[in-house]
Amino acid sequence: MHELSLAMNIVEIVTEEADKIGRCAVKRIDLEIGSHSGVVMEALTFAMDEAIKGTPLAEAKINYHWVEAVAACQECCQEFKPTEFDHICPHCNSMQTYLIHGKELKVKSVELKEL
Amino acid sequence: MCGTCGCGDDEHITYRKPGQGHSGHHHNHEHTHHHGIMEHSHVHIHEHAHDGHHHHAEDDNAHAHAFHADGYDHHHNHEHDHGHGHSHGEEGHTHTIQLERNILSKNDLIAERNRGFFDALDVLALNLVSSPGSGKTSILEQTIREIGASLQAVVIEGDQQTMNDAERIKSAGAPVIQVNTGNGCHLDALMVSKAAKALELKQHSTLFIENVGNLVCPSLFDLGEAKRVVIISVTEGDDKPAKYPTMFASAQLCLINKIDLLPYVDFDVEKAKKCALKVNPGLEFISLSAKTGEGMNDWYGWVKQLKKS
Repeated sequence: MHELSLAMNIVEIVTEEADKIGRCAVKRIDLEIGSHSGVVMEALTFAMDEAIKGTPLAEAKINYHWVEAVAACQECCQEFKPTEFDHICPHCNSMQTYLIHGKELKVKSVELKEL
Repeated sequence: MCGTCGCGDDEHITYRKPGQGHSGHHHNHEHTHHHGIMEHSHVHIHEHAHDGHHHHAEDDNAHAHAFHADGYDHHHNHEHDHGHGHSHGEEGHTHTIQLERNILSKNDLIAERNRGFFDALDVLALNLVSSPGSGKTSILEQTIREIGASLQAVVIEGDQQTMNDAERIKSAGAPVIQVNTGNGCHLDALMVSKAAKALELKQHSTLFIENVGNLVCPSLFDLGEAKRVVIISVTEGDDKPAKYPTMFASAQLCLINKIDLLPYVDFDVEKAKKCALKVNPGLEFISLSAKTGEGMNDWYGWVKQLKKS
């Protein structure tokens, strides 16, 4: 459900940029979605298809860049790929780990063509 | 359609105190922009009615732009709300803008404003999240009856529909406002901002925000709270933290409620804790029963400790 909120936010962010240019069409949008961001990709693509209708984004090519999670261990300093429900370091079993990648929810770039 | 919560119609979001009719609210999403989008495709064909610059006061984030002009890229940082420095005269000119902007940046910005507002008033704000039926409201009722006065407890109740929870909180003795999100599955920072204003928060009070019962969507939306408290009850599965890791990863305290029922259910408290710690090693736990009062003092102690700090 919250994917629709995210889609509406994306439309708003991109439209703001388009408004700054003036008369233009959005040709391309690059999104970055992390595997640990709490987003279901199918739900987001479905929501985006609906959210862009009737907006300057309607004809845009939307690239979804899925970012796999990478965590680092504070004890042994090694990096590893955590699952969504387990962030324990596989090298030294420490729980003191943190995510380097995986939380991304970002509009990375947009391409606008003046009309 | 509401762009913040994705619900069918933002007019359905209501803010009411018990005993107050439907009239006591305005719909509170800043949707001028969004509706502008819907009209925008038409506007393009005719005159461009907008000034092309900022619609929102929150747009002052600095960001980087990279324009592909004259065959080379040049990067510069500038504020959102001043104009682009290139010519618009060229037909078919293409702009590639490196935005690097968080999709939830608007919500996060309003959340930070809430945080500042709460901080200035020395208000402790706690965001209570859980599945429906875990006992959020019961815990709050008991808390208000026992230490509500000393905490100066006030409550924002989030539910899709009904005033039921607000009525319960009011009976327990705390000022309360009910946010009905309609079809919305979570509270967002703007709803909390509006609700907090309507509550006329007093200095040094404790604001409990009872989120919509849902272990998925509320995890993404910062409300400006000081701490997030996730509640599970022993009538649920002890693997819930593994099933809904995002919520458990984002909380600071986990209340395990209904422990008076432990003899009758298969819930393994240690297993649940272990599951949650795998995604959030810093998570604290308090086992309690809002019904019998067991463990409630530990919870009160946790809140009072935060009040002091």
